[in-house]
Amino acid sequence: MRVIPAQVVYDRVIEAISQISYFLDPEVYSALATARRTEQSKLSRDVLQALLDNADVASKQQIPLCQDTGTVVVFASFGSDVFVEGSSLEEIINAAVAKSYADNYLRASIVEDPLYERVNTRNNCPAIIHFDQVPGDKISLHIAQKGGGAENMSVLSMLKPGTEEAEIVELVRQTVCGAGGKPCPPLIIGIGIGGNFETCALLAKKALFVPVEQPNRDPQYAELESKILKTVNDSNVGPQGLGGATTALAVHILTAPCHIASLPVAINLQCHSHRHAHIVI
Amino acid sequence: MQTHNVTIPVSPKAIQGLKIMDKVLLTGVIFTARDTAHKRLCALIEEGAELPLELAESVIYYCGPSPTPPGEICGAIGPTTSQRMDKYTPQLIQNGLRVMIGKGERSAEVLESIHLHEAVYLVTIGGAAALLAQHVVACELFYWEELGAEAIYRLEVKDLPCYVAAL
Repeated sequence: MRVIPAQVVYDRVIEAISQISYFLDPEVYSALATARRTEQSKLSRDVLQALLDNADVASKQQIPLCQDTGTVVVFASFGSDVFVEGSSLEEIINAAVAKSYADNYLRASIVEDPLYERVNTRNNCPAIIHFDQVPGDKISLHIAQKGGGAENMSVLSMLKPGTEEAEIVELVRQTVCGAGGKPCPPLIIGIGIGGNFETCALLAKKALFVPVEQPNRDPQYAELESKILKTVNDSNVGPQGLGGATTALAVHILTAPCHIASLPVAINLQCHSHRHAHIVI
Repeated sequence: MQTHNVTIPVSPKAIQGLKIMDKVLLTGVIFTARDTAHKRLCALIEEGAELPLELAESVIYYCGPSPTPPGEICGAIGPTTSQRMDKYTPQLIQNGLRVMIGKGERSAEVLESIHLHEAVYLVTIGGAAALLAQHVVACELFYWEELGAEAIYRLEVKDLPCYVAAL
């Protein structure tokens, strides 16, 4: 059994949160730069240039890319032969969130009671943490800061098993068009297909962690990703919903087996700040 | 896309020169307000109570800035989704609100109210919060401190880049 001190995990989570707050994913930067060159309208190019300039200013001056420094979402995979000594992983992650949000002047955006009092917890805790166990002696942490604007425009739909591929493409198109400028396009679109009510939404969220340029391993789903991306980019929603050919930078699909009566589809939208990190300890 | 330099208070003449999707570089004093501040402002209007800010000719920015680090003017300071403020907006426009800054589309009722009262809805760039901070020359916590990021902040902006979304 490999033993990892709690402090090691704590330090790495703090470092990751600081990193993603200020530094745009180079793949996103490159995709925005390409779109900046190819967009036809002056307005779209103006918006895309501002996003590139924003990334430059954020990294140089250590200002968060976006004032909405989000909910911290963590997918934690625990090796079966590893043990974290000193604290539970949940406690460590929340302590790291509180510390990094205070030290880096990141916005605390979580309220304790969702419906009535809605009082801010002031330290951006609790983080949303999903655990699973895998073989091996490592800990893998996928960490994201998920902003509220894009999350609010996400949907889950329990479709019928006979649903055609084209209907799923249309569902994504409607979701993205209905969302317009609200989720801060250009988007990254995570899609879950299959599983059940809750795992489908988790698949859509996990799909956001797939590298921007990486297509699905299954050629059928890779093709579906391309079709959806093309359809969405033909919609003329454009950067910030102001029109143009760059509504999304990437579409990623993850699938899971499902019940004979079901075909759940979840669409999780992610803004262009796309703050995510992967740590392996 | 034409670019206009607009100074606050925004005169009706300045508004007449604007067209949808024109770029506006906005200079002057603006106030931030989000969901809870809107709810409270409307409750005060209904009670007939005094408001913490003068709404006549005012500019409201839908924004909850990140905290200001020591020695800096402000933190990251981009727009939030305007639609969440739609149910409160007509009431504020009727009471003098002139310019709104946010991101995304508005309801038909808000658009009608904007048109009727010669108000303006500007969008600025969501997720360009570090860049927008470069256009803030002063930032102070103004009212309802207990709301944290949702408090009202008074900002002085210079050439804040926006686009005309509704007139």
